[in-house]
Amino acid sequence: MNKLIVSPSPHIHSKTSTRSLMLDVVIALLPSVLVTVLFYGWSALAVLASCVISCVLLEYLITRYLMKRPSTIGDLSALVTGIILALNLPPTTPWWVAVIGSIVAIGVAKMTFGGLGQNVFNPAITGRVFLLISFPVAMTTWGGAKGFIGGADAVTGATPLGIVKEGLLQGQTLDQIFAANDFSYLQMLFVNIGGSAGEISAIAVILGFIYMLARRVIRPYITLSILVTVAVFSGIFWLIDPSQYTDPLFNLLTGGVLLGSVFMATDYVTSPMSDKGGIIFGVGIGIITMLIRYFGSYPEGMSFAILIMNSTVPLINRFCKQKKFGRA
Amino acid sequence: MKKTFSIGGVHPDDRKISAGCAIEVLPTPKTVYISMAQHLGGPAKAVVAAGDKVKTGQVIGEPTGFISAFVHSPVTGTVKSVGLRKDLAGIPVVHVEIETEPDEWMEGIDTSDTLVTEIPSDPKFILDRIKANGVVGLGGATFPTAVKLCPPPDKKADILILNGAECEPYLTSDYRIMIEKSSQIVIGAALMKKVLGVGRVVIGIEDNKPEAITSMKAAVAGLAAGSPDYSGIEVVTLKKKYPQGGEKQLIDAITGRQVKSMGLPIDVGAVVQNVATSLAVYDAVQKNKPLIDNTITVTGECFPKQSNLLVRVGTPLSSIVDWLGGVPESAAKAISGGPMMGKAIANLDAATLKGTSSILFLTEEQTRRKPETNCIRCGKCAEACPMGLEPFLLNKLARNGMMEELEQNAVQDCIECGCCLYSCPAYIPLLDTIRMAKGEVIKIIRSRSAQKK
Repeated sequence: MNKLIVSPSPHIHSKTSTRSLMLDVVIALLPSVLVTVLFYGWSALAVLASCVISCVLLEYLITRYLMKRPSTIGDLSALVTGIILALNLPPTTPWWVAVIGSIVAIGVAKMTFGGLGQNVFNPAITGRVFLLISFPVAMTTWGGAKGFIGGADAVTGATPLGIVKEGLLQGQTLDQIFAANDFSYLQMLFVNIGGSAGEISAIAVILGFIYMLARRVIRPYITLSILVTVAVFSGIFWLIDPSQYTDPLFNLLTGGVLLGSVFMATDYVTSPMSDKGGIIFGVGIGIITMLIRYFGSYPEGMSFAILIMNSTVPLINRFCKQKKFGRA
Repeated sequence: MKKTFSIGGVHPDDRKISAGCAIEVLPTPKTVYISMAQHLGGPAKAVVAAGDKVKTGQVIGEPTGFISAFVHSPVTGTVKSVGLRKDLAGIPVVHVEIETEPDEWMEGIDTSDTLVTEIPSDPKFILDRIKANGVVGLGGATFPTAVKLCPPPDKKADILILNGAECEPYLTSDYRIMIEKSSQIVIGAALMKKVLGVGRVVIGIEDNKPEAITSMKAAVAGLAAGSPDYSGIEVVTLKKKYPQGGEKQLIDAITGRQVKSMGLPIDVGAVVQNVATSLAVYDAVQKNKPLIDNTITVTGECFPKQSNLLVRVGTPLSSIVDWLGGVPESAAKAISGGPMMGKAIANLDAATLKGTSSILFLTEEQTRRKPETNCIRCGKCAEACPMGLEPFLLNKLARNGMMEELEQNAVQDCIECGCCLYSCPAYIPLLDTIRMAKGEVIKIIRSRSAQKK
């Protein structure tokens, strides 16, 4: 030892870094990825690879050659965006559509604002919504994928939400639709074929949620407030007219509510800082999602709800500050 | 449920690796250097000159102004020089250099080990002894204790809180004295209780120190059985959380009262003293012994020998470290105090002060800060801030020099505990920028209130 380092306190750090947090999110996503690959097979793997490779590569190229800065892919946030985007797409999505989604997610929604921490809208959802509007056929076709297990069952036409919307528009009641399609809540909880890759297993998503809570990556308020709002909102309508409005459990277990509330609404950058703000944010997402599901033209509204509430975050942050010590 | 403060806080790893080391007495060094700036407020004025013979416990520095304190010679010997010498940070400060000889104590100082439990009936006598023996707060700020025990006449204390939280990782000196000198600490508390005229004394200790809690509880019970002077003293177990030992946090944890922004503990009827200060009060009042030594933890994973040492004030840090085997090769940083709020030592030749609580060695691996990256708006800093501030926002405002907004967002309330920087995953130097901005804003506030007057 020759020279002592002199610098201001604190002299130690929690060792939690952006990279370690993102790595925890990747680990939390693994159960969903695993279920997806097992039940949707090679085609799901191809979508996943297209999204991950193009997201990470694009961020590398943009930081190194366009912004002329050190690459930021080491923080793993591009990897997370790639995986989440893949889980939001049907397994049969052509690879070039997935690449276009990645370009919108990373290139437009994230890097044009200055990279991680600067973007207003969640990159993966922005990519997904862009594809939903631009390639409606590819984005709503859930057929033809052959899983490693589950065999021929993997061929299904539409998501439960889509079937319900279609049926109601044709004047059927919910009882008729449910009976005709043999919906089972147990199946929805474990593996519900029909839906975007990450939406097929509620249990897999819940496992990820528990892991992130245990590792203190996220706090539970945003996720829980979305789920409670969806349950309460749909509960009220369901009690009023159970033949026209789907019940709370159905709404919680189908579509993107779980995946979105656990992995996308909780994105640090695009959600409010405070717990109080998070609850307002979550309630907003829950209400908008259910309004779209019940009264909108799309069968599912989670992505739109998150994007709309993303835009309110600066305002929420301004008004929801935590109580300061010794100040009334 | 165990008590703790209500907002924020972090849970750094304890690392109290020197907890099992009983206090050893460090042999008096050949030469001591006693700083005249050992306390908050005006530095003392040296009243000895080169060539003077001094005895152990003799006054060598007198207070200048209301907030100041006496400084005593920690040794017997000959004054070699009075002049500028570099302190821990490398800043020149007036020191008295004394070449030591075998101890010859000043008259009237009781150097025996006999426990004196009888509390003097005159509060003024107690206060005078605390003042004359140079007692200052040993919890970090080194505020003169006698001043703190004399609240302004319009304010009345109703509770004395003894801080035994020792919430910083690594530090164990308070822990050791609570085990080895528990009765003396309780007697010190009873003395201060008498001065303040309060009915209630609470000794707050974190739950990671069960032995200290047991030993302090036993001391309280034993003394309370013997005399009514010890009634109303209790030990409270606190849930471990940093910065529990922060004055405002400790008051909040124990009484549920929150000191207002820019306010003092006395505004909510509380006076807080460290357990080490209480021990110094015991020595000063019951033994008439000035504050000339204190317990210092020398620790760190890379340091070969963990210890808690009773050290004379003015001992060069290097002689302590050399006595224990020298600075390890792998040490990159030496810290006076804990790893969260301590000061990095620039100069190991500097001498210890009354308020020096530890020398901590960290390796580069333990203390290195990674390069700053983008804020990911995770809110972990706001979650950690025990004052309920928004460090991410203050950092941005500070970097843009927005003084008015900084004041509106309460930068002046920052206690510099370091929780924000500790928990930031992007390694943004939050406290560095906030600390500087806080200094500026407090200057503005002061000049504004000075204008009003």
